[in-house]
Amino acid sequence: MTDSKYFTTTKKGEIFELKTELNSDKKEKKREAVKKVIASMTVGKDVSALFPDVVNCMQTDNVELKKLVYLYLMNYAKSQPDLAIMAVNTFVKDCEDPNPLIRALAVRTMGCIRVEKITEYLCEPLRKCMKDEDPYVRKTAAVCVAKLHDMNPTLVEEQGFVELLNDLLSDANPMVVANAVAALTEINEQRPLIEVNSQMVNKLLTALNECTEWGQVFILDALADYSPRDEREAQNICERISPRLAHANAAVVLSTVKVLMKLIELLPNDSEFITQLIRKLAPPMVTLLSAEPEIQYVALRNINLIVQKRPDILKQEMKVFFVKYNDPIYVKMEKLDIMIRLAQQSNIAQVLSELKEYATEVDVDFVRKSVRAIGRCAIKVEQSSERCVATLLELIQTKVNYVVQEAVVVIKDIFRKYPNRYESIISTLCENLDTLDEPEARASMIWIIGEYAERIDNADELLESFLDGFHDENTQVQLQLLTAVVKLFLKRPQDTQQLVQKVLSLATQDSDNPDLRDRGYIYWRLLSADPVAAKQVVLAEKPLISEETDLLEPSLLDQLICHIGSLASVYHKPPNSFIDAARQPLRQINNGISSGAPTGLLDTVAHSTTSTTNSAQPTVIPAQDTLIADLLSLDLNSSIPTGASATGGFPAPSASGGLEDLLGGIGGDGLMGDNSSPQDMGHGAAMAAASANAGMGGLADLFGSTIPSATGGLNLPKQLWLDASKAKGMQLEGSVIRRNGRILMDMTITNKAMQAMSGFAVQLNKNSFGLFPAEAIQMPAPLLPGQSINVSVPCNTGGPVQRMDPLTNLQV
Amino acid sequence: MSSSAIFILDLKGKVIIARNYRGDIDMSVIDRFMPLLMEKEEEGMVTPVLVHPEVTFVFIKHTNIYLVSSCRTNVNVTLVLSFLYKCIEVFNEYFKDVEEESVRDNFVVIYELLDEMMDFGFPQTTESRILQEYITQEGHKLENAPRPPMAVTNAVSWRSEGIKYRKNEVFLDVIESVNMLASANGTVLQSEIVGVVKMRVYLTGMPELRLGLNDKVLFEGSGRGKSKSVELEDVKFHQCVRLSRFDNDRTISFIPPDGSFELMSYRLNTVVKPLIWIETSVERHSHSRVEYMIKAKSQFKRRSTANNVEVIIPVPSDADSPKFKTSIGSVRYTPEQSAFVWTIKSFPGGKEYLLSAHFSLPSVVSEESEGRPPIKVKFEIPYFTTSGIQVRYLKIIEKSGYQALPWVRYITQNGEYQMRMK
Repeated sequence: MTDSKYFTTTKKGEIFELKTELNSDKKEKKREAVKKVIASMTVGKDVSALFPDVVNCMQTDNVELKKLVYLYLMNYAKSQPDLAIMAVNTFVKDCEDPNPLIRALAVRTMGCIRVEKITEYLCEPLRKCMKDEDPYVRKTAAVCVAKLHDMNPTLVEEQGFVELLNDLLSDANPMVVANAVAALTEINEQRPLIEVNSQMVNKLLTALNECTEWGQVFILDALADYSPRDEREAQNICERISPRLAHANAAVVLSTVKVLMKLIELLPNDSEFITQLIRKLAPPMVTLLSAEPEIQYVALRNINLIVQKRPDILKQEMKVFFVKYNDPIYVKMEKLDIMIRLAQQSNIAQVLSELKEYATEVDVDFVRKSVRAIGRCAIKVEQSSERCVATLLELIQTKVNYVVQEAVVVIKDIFRKYPNRYESIISTLCENLDTLDEPEARASMIWIIGEYAERIDNADELLESFLDGFHDENTQVQLQLLTAVVKLFLKRPQDTQQLVQKVLSLATQDSDNPDLRDRGYIYWRLLSADPVAAKQVVLAEKPLISEETDLLEPSLLDQLICHIGSLASVYHKPPNSFIDAARQPLRQINNGISSGAPTGLLDTVAHSTTSTTNSAQPTVIPAQDTLIADLLSLDLNSSIPTGASATGGFPAPSASGGLEDLLGGIGGDGLMGDNSSPQDMGHGAAMAAASANAGMGGLADLFGSTIPSATGGLNLPKQLWLDASKAKGMQLEGSVIRRNGRILMDMTITNKAMQAMSGFAVQLNKNSFGLFPAEAIQMPAPLLPGQSINVSVPCNTGGPVQRMDPLTNLQV
Repeated sequence: MSSSAIFILDLKGKVIIARNYRGDIDMSVIDRFMPLLMEKEEEGMVTPVLVHPEVTFVFIKHTNIYLVSSCRTNVNVTLVLSFLYKCIEVFNEYFKDVEEESVRDNFVVIYELLDEMMDFGFPQTTESRILQEYITQEGHKLENAPRPPMAVTNAVSWRSEGIKYRKNEVFLDVIESVNMLASANGTVLQSEIVGVVKMRVYLTGMPELRLGLNDKVLFEGSGRGKSKSVELEDVKFHQCVRLSRFDNDRTISFIPPDGSFELMSYRLNTVVKPLIWIETSVERHSHSRVEYMIKAKSQFKRRSTANNVEVIIPVPSDADSPKFKTSIGSVRYTPEQSAFVWTIKSFPGGKEYLLSAHFSLPSVVSEESEGRPPIKVKFEIPYFTTSGIQVRYLKIIEKSGYQALPWVRYITQNGEYQMRMK
């Protein structure tokens, strides 16, 4: 007999029929009716009208029927809160049942009924169940506390459930301990009520050996949040959890890796212990690649993080990342990424021959990525660049359209890394000019022609051929074409004057695109006013592109390492972006305090999504460097930052790059204030500077007053960098400007709290512009309530540069 | 931290079973799953995790159903995926083939199982043998309703007490799968051995077992470095094995579950000579025909024999009129997988066999470019392990002191055994 028959009745009057059946005297008929109700509920029919009738069946001596009624209750109690009260008595009675299965069932179900009135009745039975003699009931009750907390946190605190839960951590039964840990972790996530201490850790480590695989994951995840007191404790934890690496369950393995990766940071780097531990880490991760494809995917995303953090762990394991023919595409793509990360001189030959193999497969996305990977190898491993270029040329010979286009794009990058080395291949590239139809490939090709115009005899003809359809081109291509023609003109002024005039007029007079028009006007003016200067600007030496282009920002990386195995680690986004906004605010500040480690900083990036949009509205900073960098227009809107350090300028995203690519990376670290100071404030002082790319407004300004920044008259309105409500009363406004050729950071610090502030400081993080304070930031202290001070900090740009895509979110 | 709800969907995305664990999501959000999946499929960007503004879907596909978990927080994805796979495993123990129809047929017991296996999004008991002791479909009365077995919450959560057998026996199967990837020019790119030790345990009471292998680390530690031993790269154990004990002194000690289970798996990176090697030469005359010369070589010891060897050689999908010539085995053309399969029932070590094949090709070439699938080989070599791993002893100690017989079998078979073609 199968259950599918319950799904079949769909005729009219069904509800009425069910009602009669539910009230039938025959038990068998009743049970059948409840099954039908559940079946209807499952397929999404509304059977809430039957609520009283179903609840009437609750008082039954049949366990199966009871479970079904409970299931119904969980689904519909919310829509019928008043009727749900009817069920309370039965629940309370069931919590006293001699059979532990029934007791547990009752307390489990009751916790799932999210009706305010019922929660009140839940407290007493729950308290009893937490001290039940049967561990099965206790482990269920432990989870129930988390449920209750989710609905009514104050009730849980008032009724002392947190303490009871804490007691369960010392329970003799491992499963009870595991569930209690899971519940506590969950509660702590929303509001840190119980701090994990070393005594607790010891209990957990003992339970770890005895509980189920899932319980082990709960315990390990809880351990990941714990910061050991000293090296000895850290080492002890490592020793006791590392056997878990041999567990068959992938979740246990990854959670173990997570805790180990975090603790390794706390141990002296060169110790024998670390070397041993690191040796232990690689094999289990490799074995995860024989798991189910979905788990492989998660493992690969995490390995990507681990390889960035500690490249040495997997450096010998290149071969296991070779792509198999029947791997799902998402696994293939991730493997490729890791292959590039692990590529080095010793294995580059193997990697290249694999990549070449992949580039002839059929899946277009995979092939493109493989071609790109070859380019990245060339840039990363200098000794291999020659072979990479040769491989790319071979691929171009295949004449497969998308392969050729992708190859052109990466060859442009190779030129930028190794100028004046492979120009001989330009002629081959030019042969394929006609087949390029994707904007990025066209723009790359045009850039190459412009850059090497003096060595290409027919550069003018080639560029001219693009001009005919100028207005149909993508903006990216138009901008590139404009720059390329100007370069050509500066290199060969004799015979290209007509061409340059044509392109300038196309850009300035016939175009609706402000970016294009502005760039056109700048060139025009430059060329007409001072051709020598124009040459200096347009043909300036370009910075080389960097090798590692897609590394994660280090503080984010550290944070993700602490969340290995989670959604954040799969998406490489801060964990908070996956947490409900509604449940967020409570824990913000606490987090900032408790984390002295570098990870602390980003714990609170949660505001980013909303606050960036608010506070990072474009304020234009027309610094001269910005302008120049933009004119160079190296950035083809590719993912490669222009490497600002070499010129000491700001890399300005090309106009088409959009506003999100702002200067916003100057995130200040919330420097921990002096914790001993009674006010204990000023913790989260931070800032983020935002500027806009030189859009239309900025350029208009520029022309109006011939580079005002050089004369130093411009004062920008300050922006709110840090809101008082987020930093215990300290408000920080500021702007970054250039005055008399120096970069200054103007800040206004206001104390909006009730007490005087002292012992705070502002620290500039290592950022992608190499911006750092030239002199110590003077903070007059103490700052009285309501008082504001203005501080100007001169900055230099030669500081340590963080190679990364500019941060776009505000870090507080 | 955990799943908000678990759904079982049919291929069209219609809900068959839905279990809400945390009440923090609108259950109708699942209607967004299928469109989202299709959208990603179109972009060629499908991943096992799909993000929607309100929830994140983590899913697996099994036969003709989807198992979807929806989450609102930064969940432990690995945990969720492992749990979904565990669900399939447990359902499988309850009603064999897990597919749309059987799920509908068993929806009541699935609800009961989902209720027992996860609470508020935290996975609980997932040992099917234990679950079967108290989740049944027999319509119990309360008085004699089953109680949760001790095992549910015990440290030994996988075995119940009071198991009895008249004849106490243990069967051990050591199965090694060889994964190999060779490039078109014949170099071995990757080669590894993945071994598993499977057990079937029919033992009375709560026996304590100890398994001894010729583990290199153990041998070196005990001064027997010269005996033949195997270095296991990475070992994974069933949760019954005491991991800290293994970590301390490499002893594999455990109280086994009842019946069959996988005790351990291991992986070795040692490069071995490919057991069966295939050489091909392909002569392709486009628009008319394509000819294959295949040579199969067995490169293991003469006293072993590979059984049921299948060599699967891909051909263009538009090939037709196959002609084969071979001295041994049988060949059949399988157009549905665009390949032909050469089957050799018994293939002794140190031999070499030949096959020639001829196909016609249409004069019109199809526009679609085809992938280049690799040659695959399937085989089984009994009484033989590539790694040389050996079971030295299996000690069985039970307080009643019975004698039990351990039986050990060895077998080597193909894993992902692929050779790329030119």
